[in-house]
Amino acid sequence: MSHTTDYIGKPTNRVDGPAKVLGTAKYAAEFNVPNLLYGYVVSSPIAKGKITKIDSAAVKALPGVQEVFTHENVPGFAFLDRSYKDDVAPGGSPFRPLHDAEIKYSLQPVALVVADTFELARYAASILHIEYEEEAHATELAKRIDEAFEPGRGKTGYKPPKSRGNFGKGWKQGVAHMEANYSHHAQHHNPMEMFATTVEWLGDKKLTVYDKTQGVFNSQQYISKIFGLSKEEARVISKYTGGGFGSGLRPQYQLFLAVMASLQLERSVRVSLTREQMFSFGHRPETLQHVALATAADGSLTGINHFAVAETSQFEDFTENVVGWSGTLYDCKNVELGYRLSKLDVFSPLDMRAPGAASGSIALEIAMDEMAYAAGLDPLEFRIRNYSDFDQAQNLPYSSKALRKCYAEGAAKFGWEKRTAEPGSMRDGKMLVGWGMGGGIWDASKMPATVKASLDADGHLTVSSGTNEIGTGTYTIMTQIAAESMGLPIEAVTFVLGDTTLPESPLQGGSWTAASVGNSVVEACTKLGEALLKQAQKMDHPAFKDAKIDDVQFANGQLRLRSDETQAVVLRDLVQASGESKIEAENSTVLAKLEMLKPPKYSMHAHNAVFVEVKLDPDLMTVHVTRVVNAVAAGRIINPKTARSQVLGSVVWGISSALMEESVMDHRFGRYMNHNYAEYHVPVNADIHDIDVIFVSEEDDKVNPLGIKGLGEVGLLGVAAAVTNAIYHATGKRVRDLPVTIDKLL
Amino acid sequence: MNSFTFTQATAVAGAVQDKAAHDDAAYIGGGTNLIDLMKENVARPTHLIGLKKLGLDTIEALPDGGLRLGALATNADTAWHPEVEKRYPLLNQAILAGASPQLRNMATDGGNLMQRTRCYYFYDLATPCNKREPGSGCSAIGGYNRVCGILGTSEQCIATHPSDMCVALAALDTTVRVSGPNGERTIKFEDFHRLPGDQPERDNTLEPGELITGLDLPAKGFEKNFSYLKLRDRTSYAFALVSVATALELYGNTIKDARLALGGVAHKPWRDKEAEAMLIGQPATADTFRRVAAKVLENAKGYGANTFKIELAKRAIVRALKQATEMNQVLDTNAFQNSNP
Repeated sequence: MSHTTDYIGKPTNRVDGPAKVLGTAKYAAEFNVPNLLYGYVVSSPIAKGKITKIDSAAVKALPGVQEVFTHENVPGFAFLDRSYKDDVAPGGSPFRPLHDAEIKYSLQPVALVVADTFELARYAASILHIEYEEEAHATELAKRIDEAFEPGRGKTGYKPPKSRGNFGKGWKQGVAHMEANYSHHAQHHNPMEMFATTVEWLGDKKLTVYDKTQGVFNSQQYISKIFGLSKEEARVISKYTGGGFGSGLRPQYQLFLAVMASLQLERSVRVSLTREQMFSFGHRPETLQHVALATAADGSLTGINHFAVAETSQFEDFTENVVGWSGTLYDCKNVELGYRLSKLDVFSPLDMRAPGAASGSIALEIAMDEMAYAAGLDPLEFRIRNYSDFDQAQNLPYSSKALRKCYAEGAAKFGWEKRTAEPGSMRDGKMLVGWGMGGGIWDASKMPATVKASLDADGHLTVSSGTNEIGTGTYTIMTQIAAESMGLPIEAVTFVLGDTTLPESPLQGGSWTAASVGNSVVEACTKLGEALLKQAQKMDHPAFKDAKIDDVQFANGQLRLRSDETQAVVLRDLVQASGESKIEAENSTVLAKLEMLKPPKYSMHAHNAVFVEVKLDPDLMTVHVTRVVNAVAAGRIINPKTARSQVLGSVVWGISSALMEESVMDHRFGRYMNHNYAEYHVPVNADIHDIDVIFVSEEDDKVNPLGIKGLGEVGLLGVAAAVTNAIYHATGKRVRDLPVTIDKLL
Repeated sequence: MNSFTFTQATAVAGAVQDKAAHDDAAYIGGGTNLIDLMKENVARPTHLIGLKKLGLDTIEALPDGGLRLGALATNADTAWHPEVEKRYPLLNQAILAGASPQLRNMATDGGNLMQRTRCYYFYDLATPCNKREPGSGCSAIGGYNRVCGILGTSEQCIATHPSDMCVALAALDTTVRVSGPNGERTIKFEDFHRLPGDQPERDNTLEPGELITGLDLPAKGFEKNFSYLKLRDRTSYAFALVSVATALELYGNTIKDARLALGGVAHKPWRDKEAEAMLIGQPATADTFRRVAAKVLENAKGYGANTFKIELAKRAIVRALKQATEMNQVLDTNAFQNSNP
């Protein structure tokens, strides 16, 4: 039965679009609270050593400068490391800003100058006199491979990769082989909005904290533990985030500094970072990888070997799943996987869109292309021959897996069957044409999330949860789900998020928000529905007298009997009749939490297959990615419009990883040197041509009630490899160190 | 950024006097580079003299058939001026290859000449840089130098002048008009910017207090055969790794006159008159172009991360000359038939 209030699965405009376009959507640094002070961060010019002297007399003498905070005058706060641990802190000892004289990495915050105006704080920071004693630093991963170790304690949820079978035997069984090293460099998230925190001092240690974050509760518990604040004293708000990509998963140091300064000065304080300082915290770690593959005469993989070394800081062991996917994506009995870390004098790496998988899929998916050529097979045909119908890594069946459809529909849309295998064999006039492909796999996760649904006497539904909107469309899809669940027009529904006074929700990350919060919205609405039904029964409505919740439906603004839709009551009337201003209900997370403790019955994953066309000028070797088709199997798509945007963004990022993006470090200084938008290259519109996004149908009643798998990461997988494979197809040049800049092709 | 005072100049003479009256004053036109440098604390003027009310923003025909670009005309207005589009399409192309529409709307023609050279280390106060702090050392040598120079470098500095517009202005034999404490004078474009030598802190040959008032293009605009080819790490909003401005005058397939200048490779727009001389009188063939390209890069020196620019520049020169030649063949069917028996 179709209703005018059915929204799930329909392209829907962003409900927060007008606020963003009109500029009424406020970001952390835009809350102009009264009597605000401005903090400016001074960053370390050296990568390792000690601060030997700080002379702040001249700075403090400037009229309007309130204070200069350094390790010398910041009081000690919480003593234990665990007080500084946030929800996704890796194992180790978290960095404490302005804690002592020790310099652990270049651009480390060493002082906060607080003044009456931003301009004065910035100037004062520039003349603050600090002396350092430098020590030798190590920032070059390639030179620290021998020190690499297997991480025992990583991030929560990190599992070391599991080998199976006997790779040595599998290698010998093979009749065709490939073996190669792959690498890519560090990347910084660089969301457009710089990290910033505005702390409003409400008196008596009571604060309202406007933070740039992907998790208000994470920020709240971080400052509560460090500064001994209660939840009421530390309210954190983040209604809009100007891009996250994982950078907001951990509280960044401006949060600590702004809260610290506010508590010390008993004033409202804002601290915003500069673009350069956006290179002063977590990043996608550089990895060095090795892959070896062997195939039997029929093209089936007899052995997979994937080994990776990644950088981490001296103080934390940042772990991510780089190689594990290589034991899942393709069918193979003999798999040997290895993952190690090497400690460098840098800040701890941080999850960045498709953490681990983006890095691992570069190596695996280029290697698969190399193997296909070595085995004399078409790269798509080779993947199909090694299709995995059963998750061998977890020894579990898939809850659903429509990757075959991704291959078929993606290839058909792209026209893959017209591809000629020989490198350099396809041309468009004088331009070399290359077609390459790749793909990937990402976890379909769901976390416990609490949602409250509240219907008022005007018939307006407010649904709330302390999740975040990082631009992915959370406001919109939650509004759709709630509107359809309660049978209300979308205009009669408001979704509220980003505030620690709201019901608790997990961090916005891991591609799990749509599934976690979305299903909880349904649960809360179901509970609200039960309350409304009860109210209808109280009103002596004969039709609903003995009705159970399954006997009724909510549609077109009414509660009605499924068996007889003419038996209906307007929702608004139910609230009015109740004598209350609203009827509300909240879901329980008890079951969801229990569910997480049980061993999984299914392997639950999203997949994709991506097809790429490049055109190259044969003399100048300039690369143009002229066409991309990305076919994604991610369960149920709530909003094809925002979903498509997410995958478009993924493709752009994949092209960026393939051709442009890297944080370049000068190891003599242990410092990233291209720390601005002019030199840290990401694509501009002129670099982006046709992108087709296909969502293949994938019904899954096992993954979660709504059948959602999440889209935050999967679209990125295999894109960089597919571009690189296409370049090989066009030129015969196999570049294994990304990005493939023009110098590597000349 | 430090505190500064600001006056809005309304006449050239007043601006020049104001500059002389202050120790650390700077003229400001569109401010698209100076403001960046101030925010990064690289430039620290204590007094700014605004030029936007000076006038000098018109583009006018000269009696000798040339064209005068007012120093305060914006890059955008210049690129899209009908006379520039029609008679100096090389300049139009070069301007439009640079920056972004927003920047070109702000940036002035005089300011385009005055933008500082680019280098990662010049912009980062934590690292030594001879240009920023004479005598502190050059970090780009032995460091990350992808954007840095391969021609005319010195042991003191390998930064590059980033302008696209200036490469075309160099190729077109522009004259720079300046006013200063000692009156007015003109500077040949090729003498305006300088190589780093042992004074890398100086980007150009302006005397203290001098102000650019206009740019005079000669009558000859090479509107028939020209090419501005810019190679960079992305398709827009990136500085040139290598750019080539070339203009040819062809008689059949023979080169009668030629201009050749490179961007992104040196501390100044790199015009090579010997290479131009080698082209003149020769057939416009790939063979000729390759010989000329080899000559231009004969004394090039790579510094590791930018060594690829030597090969890239050679290929870019050949391609630009080919494009300049072939556009005539496409535009003029007779010439195409005559030169291709």
